[in-house]
Formats: sequence, structure tokens, C-alpha cells
Amino acid sequence: MEAFTAHTGRAVPLRRSNVDTDQIIPAHWLKKVTRDGFEDGLFEAWRKDPEFVLNRPERAGASVLVAGPDFGTGSSREHAVWALQNYGFRAVVSSRFADIFRGNSLKNGLLTVVLPQGTVERLWELTEADPAAEVTVDLVAREVRAEGITAGFDLDENARWRLLEGLDDIGLTLRHEADIAAFEARRPGFKPSTALV
Amino acid sequence: MGRTLAEKVWDDHVVTRAEGEPDLLFIDLHLLHEVTSPQAFDGLRKAGRTVRRRDLTIATEDHNTPTLDIDKPIADPVSRTQLETLRRNCAEFGVRLHPLGDVEQGVVHVVGPQLGLTQPGTTVVCGDSHTSTHGAFGALAFGIGTSQVEHVLATQTLPLAPFRTMAVTVEGELPAGVTAKDLILAVIARIGTGGGQGHVIEYRGPAIEKLSMEARMTVCNMSIEAGARAGMIAPDETTFAYLKDRPHAPKGADWDAAVAYWRTLRTDDDAVFDREVVIDASELSPFVTWGTNPGQGAPLAAAVPDPASFADPSERFAAEKALEYMDLTPGQRLRDVRVDTVFVGSCTNGRIEDLRAAAAVLRGRSVAEGVRMLVVPGSVRVALQAVEEGLDKVFTAAGAEWRHAGCSMCLGMNPDQLAPGERSASTSNRNFEGRQGKGGRTHLVSPQVAAATAVLGHLASPADLTAEPALVA
Repeated sequence: MEAFTAHTGRAVPLRRSNVDTDQIIPAHWLKKVTRDGFEDGLFEAWRKDPEFVLNRPERAGASVLVAGPDFGTGSSREHAVWALQNYGFRAVVSSRFADIFRGNSLKNGLLTVVLPQGTVERLWELTEADPAAEVTVDLVAREVRAEGITAGFDLDENARWRLLEGLDDIGLTLRHEADIAAFEARRPGFKPSTALV
Repeated sequence: MGRTLAEKVWDDHVVTRAEGEPDLLFIDLHLLHEVTSPQAFDGLRKAGRTVRRRDLTIATEDHNTPTLDIDKPIADPVSRTQLETLRRNCAEFGVRLHPLGDVEQGVVHVVGPQLGLTQPGTTVVCGDSHTSTHGAFGALAFGIGTSQVEHVLATQTLPLAPFRTMAVTVEGELPAGVTAKDLILAVIARIGTGGGQGHVIEYRGPAIEKLSMEARMTVCNMSIEAGARAGMIAPDETTFAYLKDRPHAPKGADWDAAVAYWRTLRTDDDAVFDREVVIDASELSPFVTWGTNPGQGAPLAAAVPDPASFADPSERFAAEKALEYMDLTPGQRLRDVRVDTVFVGSCTNGRIEDLRAAAAVLRGRSVAEGVRMLVVPGSVRVALQAVEEGLDKVFTAAGAEWRHAGCSMCLGMNPDQLAPGERSASTSNRNFEGRQGKGGRTHLVSPQVAAATAVLGHLASPADLTAEPALVA
């Protein structure tokens, strides 16, 4: 995984709540068997509207998405995270994320930052008034900074460490190989097996 | 202090626990399908890793599979490639696969339980959010992303952050004609699409205990639509009776040992939930959605709400957007909403009981003129059972299309889709914009409401069929 320490970029204010993963990347894109090439599918239906915020020329190259509550609900598709990253987003800010989407984002180095809705509103106002305004998402200081705004955020220490170091989760787990084998040895015999009967 | 059901199952699967680290949990059953696994197998290949426990892993094909002409090559080359990729990966890594055309093929969440693989007190994962379905057996079952699929393939474990617990207690008795689907839609409307975030929900109370396994699966299936990490129901005699003699259920002495363990899987009397919600079943009635998230629902007897009635500004804005997309007006009676498509199927309502319920309403009646009705069994086994009972004949005699098993129009990854502007009554789980096809509009309903809606051509419950004459095709 790519490490994340701090990132500064322009923002896209997305004034929508309940942005489900079907909106982020529609199902027909899920037929691809790679982790890349999803950028054109990002918010595909909404992007048909020339006025959609992502289509505005002043938002080109923006890399921080500031969205309404309950971002990433619905399907577990990790393709939603890949689509955001393929498009160029490094961080998403919202007052609440769906659990599976959040887990997926942190496994891929897309930083999802939870801030109070009031702070999200201030970021919306700032970046709507000044599309060139830069937003810094700083994982080292656990802070989001923009003109007139400094907001701390929580992230559990273990997830933060893995992001800062860009660590491979599977590699970390395999350090416990002996513990896994010991657990397997004491599992009850009645547990199900998929071996053909 | 006592523990909840979810905490007991969690504790029984902890491989390592250390301060400042997530618990490492052992996974008893890993279900795979074609959409969320190819990149995970690629990851294994690149790192030179193998599947640690092939005997705890099983795959089927469901999301992409066509429901017509399944004996012909799949027309969409991209879908075909994805299915062929799964077949290659399963062959290379030694994973059991039930492909299209196999008697055990079907929607992954229908296949696991019917094989008897989903058992009380197990941990079950799948790269699919509706894995919560399996919680109906008292399993801790949750959807995961592709990185986690790769993690489980390689290690049979997952590092997991702790969860909070929520009790949804359903008191009283469901009135006649009110189903598990109506119940769960009402729960989601009550707590919201983010209401369960970070929580494992345990459904309990007299109305839950009376539900069949199929109905319990419908309830747990949609836990994710309330934002919950999982939904669970304590195993009981209903659960044991369902499992007994299934192909992968324990046999002989193992069965006795398993049942003895399963009986311990109940929330202790002195356990404390982080949050409790109480629902009075007797107040429920057939429930439908009017908006573009599953929390935007109302009783069928109600009207489309006025966005101005929502106090929360973001809910109000969401309602405005939803009504615009759904082409509905505030105050319009939900019963007056006309549909052109009815879909019965999915991991929510594609099991045999669901098909029986829809068929019972359709028997001797016809699908209204101008309405297309698709009936898609959740698995080949469900289809065979339905045929044995003559349900397929009931559907086709009424003018509905009887299709092959798969996810089908629930998410429209295969050719079964709504055209732009089309409106469906659907027994599936998501009414998101474009979910069933670009520009399509979805109302989530129970199988009974779906069938009555097909007959009358507008949202309706079976009770409406006797009240007004049918439009005969």
C-alpha cells in the first residue's frame, strides 16, 4: 500500500448525503478484473450533467473530496475506492462513512477523515467561494487545515500507523502464523467444511 | 457482566489480542463470487501466496450470470471474461466452484445456507455487503472488500476493529399480511441508513422468534441498509430444524456436540447493549420505499412525504433530490404509483418461501397489461423446488417470466435491467439511483406486495385485490 503522511490539494465540495457506492461506481464497471481504469466510471451518472461539480473547469485536478453524511453506503465494492483514487483523489472528508467503505479506503491508502458536519459546512463554504482554496489533510498531526479552519480528527492508532508506513496487512498478519495454526488445531470438529461430501 | 450473542461469537474466534491492535479473528467460512475476487487472486499470485484453507472456501457465480439462454455462450464479453477468470482462479488455487449450469449454483447468500454451510456461532465473510444474511443463523457474518478477500484467502483471518452492539427488539405479533420485509423496511426507516453504523444488530423478541429461517434471512440481509456491520438472530429450534440433514450440517455425535454449543449462543440476561430500539410489530403494515435510499420508506397506505416536513436540512435536501429522481410529488398516494416492471428475486427475497408467497397471490390472476414481471429464483435448488411445487406454472400462467437463478435485476449487472424512466416494484434491497438500470426507478417491496402490484399495475397489497377488479391482460 502507498503510504499517506500529509496531502495538500484543492477540494471538490459535494453537497450530497447518502452517496452510495452505486453512485461512486455503477455496477457495470465492476466487470473489470483489474484495480485500475475506473476513473471514467466515477460518479458516471451525475457527470452526465455539465453543471455537476466535478465537471466544473475550476475543479480540474482537485484531490480532496468533501462530502455529506453517510458517504459510501451500500455495496462492499472496493472498486469505489479505486475509482476515487484512479481519478486523483487522495482524501475524502465526511461527517460519517459507511463501515465497509471506510475499511476499504484505509486498506488502499485513501484517507477518509471524519469531521463534524459543522466543519464540513465551513469547508463547503470556503471551497465554493474560492475554488482555488487549498485543503491540507495531515495524518501526522491528525489535522485538516484550510484558510481559517483547523480541525483535528480521530483515527485509531493502529490504522494510522499502517497508513503512515504503507504496510501490507497480510504480511503483518502472517507474523502470527503460529497463533493461527494453534487456533486451527483447537477448533471443534463439528465446524463446517466445504470439502465435498 | 454478561455478554451479547455477537460478543460470544467474536470471543470464540479471537486468534490474537493485544493492546493497541485490532483483534485477529479466525474466519470459519469464506464465500466467493466473480465480481470481488479477481483482484484478490491476482494479489495472491503476485505475492506467491496460496489459499490457506481451501476446505473453508467456496465459490459460485451469481452477479453477472444471465437468466435466459444459460446454455449459450454469455453474450457480454466483459461478463464472460469475469466468469472465466473466476473459473481459472478456482482451478489454479483449488477452490470449490459451482458455476452457471451446476445444480448448486445460485446467489451466494442463498447457496451457503441451503448447503448447511452457514451454521450458528460461525464467522462468515464474503466480498459482498449482503453477507449479513447469514446472521439469521446466529453467525457473525459481514461483507468485506477485495483487499480483505485477499487477506482471508491468504490467512483465513481478519484483523478487525471492535464493534458496538444494538438490540432491535420486536414486541408483539406481525399482523396477517405483514412480512419480514415490511418489518425490516420499517426498522431502516426508523433508525436511518446510518443508524446501525459501527454496530452489530441483534434482532430479538417474540415477533422475531416466530419467523421462519427464510424470513429471518430477509431481516438480517438488510441490516447493511441500516448501515450495520452485521445483523444476528439467536439460534433456536427453528434454526436447528432447518439445518438438520443438510449436506454440510454436522452428523451423528458431531450434530449433538454442535447443538449443545449452539444452545449457548444467546445473549445473557445481564448483558448490556450499547443501543436499544423497540418496535411494536402489531403497528406494522405493508411498507414500501418512495425514495432513493432504503431509509426513505413509508406504509403503503401513506402518501409521498413533503420534503419540507423533514427537520434535518440534509434529509430535506435528500428527499427533494429523491422525489425529483423518482418523479413523484408530495402528497401523492403511494397506492396511485403505477409501475411497469415487477421483480421477484435476490438474496433478500429469492428463497422458496418468497416464491410461494408471490405465487399464492398470483394464482388464478393475471399480470396487468403493460407490466413486465420477472421471477428469478435465488438458486437452482430453489428453482427445482418451485418447479416440483408447480409454482413456475402459476407464474407463467399469470403472464410472468420464469427465469434462471442469479442476482439479476437486483443490480442489473446482467442483461436484466430497467430502461431509463422505467419504474419497478422490486423485492430486492436497494433503491439507489440507477441501481436496476441507468435512469430506472425502484420501489422496494415484499413478495406479496410485488405480486399484488403486478396484478393491479400500481403499488398494492394482496388485500387490495379483493377490493378492486383486476385489469386483465
